[in-house]
Amino acid sequence: MGQKMLMKGNEAIAEAAIQAGCRFFFGYPITPQNQIPEYMSKRMPQVENGCFLQAESEVSAINMVYGAAGAGARVMTSSSSPGISLKQEGISYIVGAELPCVIVNMVRGGPGLGSIQPAQSDYYQSTRGGGHGDYRMLVLAPASVQEAVELTQQAFDLADKYRNPVLVLGDGLIGQMMEPVEMPEYVKPELPEKTWAATGWTPDSDRERAIINSLYIDPNVLEKHNRKLYEKYAVMEQTECRWQEEMTEDADYVMVAYGTTARICRSAMRKLRDKGVKVGLIRPVTLWPFPNAPIQAAAKHAKAFLTVEMSMGQMVDDVRLAVDGEKPVAFYGRTGGVVPTVREIMDEVEKLAKEGK
Amino acid sequence: MAVVYEKTKMLTDKPLHYCPGCTHGIIHRLVAEAIDELGIQGKTIGVAPVGCAVFAYDYFNCDMMEAAHGRAPAVATGCKRVNPGNIVFTYQGDGDLASIGAAEITHAAARNENITVIFVNNAIYGMTGGQMAPTTLPGQVTTTSPYGRDVNHCGYPIRISEMLATLEGPAYINRVSVHDVKNIMNAKKAIKRAFELQMQGKGFSLIEVLSTCPTNWGMTPKEALKWLEDNMIPQYPLGVKKERE
Amino acid sequence: MEAQFLIAGFGGQGVLLIGQLLAKAAMHQGMNVSWMPSYGPEMRGGEANCAVVISDEPIGSPLVTEIPVAVVMNKPSMHKFAPAMEEGGLMLYNSSLIDIRPPREDVRAVPVNCNAIAEELGNSRTANMVMLGAIIALTGVVTIDSAMEALKETFGPKKAHLLPINRQAMEAGAKAAAAV
Repeated sequence: MGQKMLMKGNEAIAEAAIQAGCRFFFGYPITPQNQIPEYMSKRMPQVENGCFLQAESEVSAINMVYGAAGAGARVMTSSSSPGISLKQEGISYIVGAELPCVIVNMVRGGPGLGSIQPAQSDYYQSTRGGGHGDYRMLVLAPASVQEAVELTQQAFDLADKYRNPVLVLGDGLIGQMMEPVEMPEYVKPELPEKTWAATGWTPDSDRERAIINSLYIDPNVLEKHNRKLYEKYAVMEQTECRWQEEMTEDADYVMVAYGTTARICRSAMRKLRDKGVKVGLIRPVTLWPFPNAPIQAAAKHAKAFLTVEMSMGQMVDDVRLAVDGEKPVAFYGRTGGVVPTVREIMDEVEKLAKEGK
Repeated sequence: MAVVYEKTKMLTDKPLHYCPGCTHGIIHRLVAEAIDELGIQGKTIGVAPVGCAVFAYDYFNCDMMEAAHGRAPAVATGCKRVNPGNIVFTYQGDGDLASIGAAEITHAAARNENITVIFVNNAIYGMTGGQMAPTTLPGQVTTTSPYGRDVNHCGYPIRISEMLATLEGPAYINRVSVHDVKNIMNAKKAIKRAFELQMQGKGFSLIEVLSTCPTNWGMTPKEALKWLEDNMIPQYPLGVKKERE
Repeated sequence: MEAQFLIAGFGGQGVLLIGQLLAKAAMHQGMNVSWMPSYGPEMRGGEANCAVVISDEPIGSPLVTEIPVAVVMNKPSMHKFAPAMEEGGLMLYNSSLIDIRPPREDVRAVPVNCNAIAEELGNSRTANMVMLGAIIALTGVVTIDSAMEALKETFGPKKAHLLPINRQAMEAGAKAAAAV
């Protein structure tokens, strides 16, 4: 590969996963991510040891992921919001049992059956754990098809590195859009061997008997386990935070947006700069851990922040935590599957400027 | 000196937590002996359920996975697909398999997933304190059917083995019991056969084992065995329900 | 330079393909591109549209909300997208199926007799390629050669024998648009 191809986000993610050594995919149909299982069903039989299996439910799919990850495989599932809600049980168990896997959520409007159009209203669910119990997941939010490819491949490495699921959070637009893609040549980094995997054991084996498990009936033991998980998360916070910054150095107004919304903000930023408005953009690439540093730095000189989301305002909480009251943080959102326009975002920034914030 | 009795090496030294008189211990032993005799300990992966057997990973002396409630067949599917050379079994109770996990077991059977399922049916939720199960008999008193299971209100018990036997998928489905020595010997044969079929790549096998719950049935172990024989077997007839050529 | 297109019609009229070929041809000419389809429960016969953005800079929004160039293959699409057009924008419309002019005085309207031209060439299914030729002639955003290169890729060897008739359709569309 290495040649530019015009690819749909969903298909590009699936191919990127296969290139990164993913050989097992378990999923269930739901719009707008269907091209991922469809692509996998076509490609997996073409690669050595590849297996695509359509599960009877989202719940079953994530538990197949649990079994495959527990057996030491690189494994993935994908869905969209209502389906991801169903998977939460399994995700919680996977975290508890410290299994690596990659989960893709092409977010659509909610609550309930909602709509099938792009949304970012699963931010809380993604960054606060989602299922029951004390836990976190790395959440990667691509803003282009090319970035979706790169982050999907990194997701497998990160999952293996930390023995924790990694969520790739897109939306209907990232999944359905076609953009040029250069499939990178995947090079597997050095990762710890999966000596914990359940692959068969006898008393003569040179490892402990594998028990893939999230049950710790003694509260003191569970507390110890949870503390160990949080030590992992602390390392993730220190080392895995990623973001992109544009034109923030001299910005009076700093927009914070991720994924699709960040692209629209970028268009608005260019037009506003043409009009002489000093506006910049911070785009979190990891939603958890959340990039506090660039926001804290911008809070020193910016007059105000504008968080833009395809939701009623979820990430804005994290922006406010980072700004910590130093500067006003405004919010603009469209929800239910409605995508904000460049014009609307420009208006919001100009409103801030007019109010003298 | 001749060895007349030996502990199977497929069980760990961990003391079982099961109530006195519970037949889980016997069923564990039968599964362990079958695996031992077939010489497959080194490639066997067990999947434990949620229910009384939730700690099965502490007892079976092989690599184990602990699944969420009802999801053991899905977990086993993922595991088996990754390493088809492994022998993968699930060990599930009736609440786990026939209620919350009805979808997972049905579809694993329909796919003829090459795994072995040990289905322990004692007509009650044991671990949580004796609530009504999908297999609770009509009229049977439990903590959530204190006036006896009223079939007009909450329906009839499910015969899982017969239900799954209607599918083209499964290779072998057999219902056995452990209420006396003869039946225990027969159960052992069925369990061993199920593993053999998996080793031959024949596909999905399920052994339903009728079991007692003296604690939650409110009986002595001896009464419980008699109750099983008199009440459960008429509702759940023993025997092979399906065997594919 | 940034060009934005909104291309709409009935499902089955090949409007998504028009957009994909534009995007792919521009990509081969070294531009940044995005192609975003409408998606929904409707399949055949329903409305379909796609937004195409071609730019020499990284593309911001892949959606086209203030439409500079609209391409409409049927009447409902004209009604739907005319109000969203930029002042002074360009609307190409399939006059074989649309017997009215766009309901906007401030928009340049160019009729293209897509189906009639395609039938004259002997393959009514190339009506969308007639329109693509017209788009290329009026906007110059890609060349017919690069659009053909993109089509060759899309068709693969199985449909390679259809390439000449599609080229004829593009050229006829370009000629028709130039004459307006």
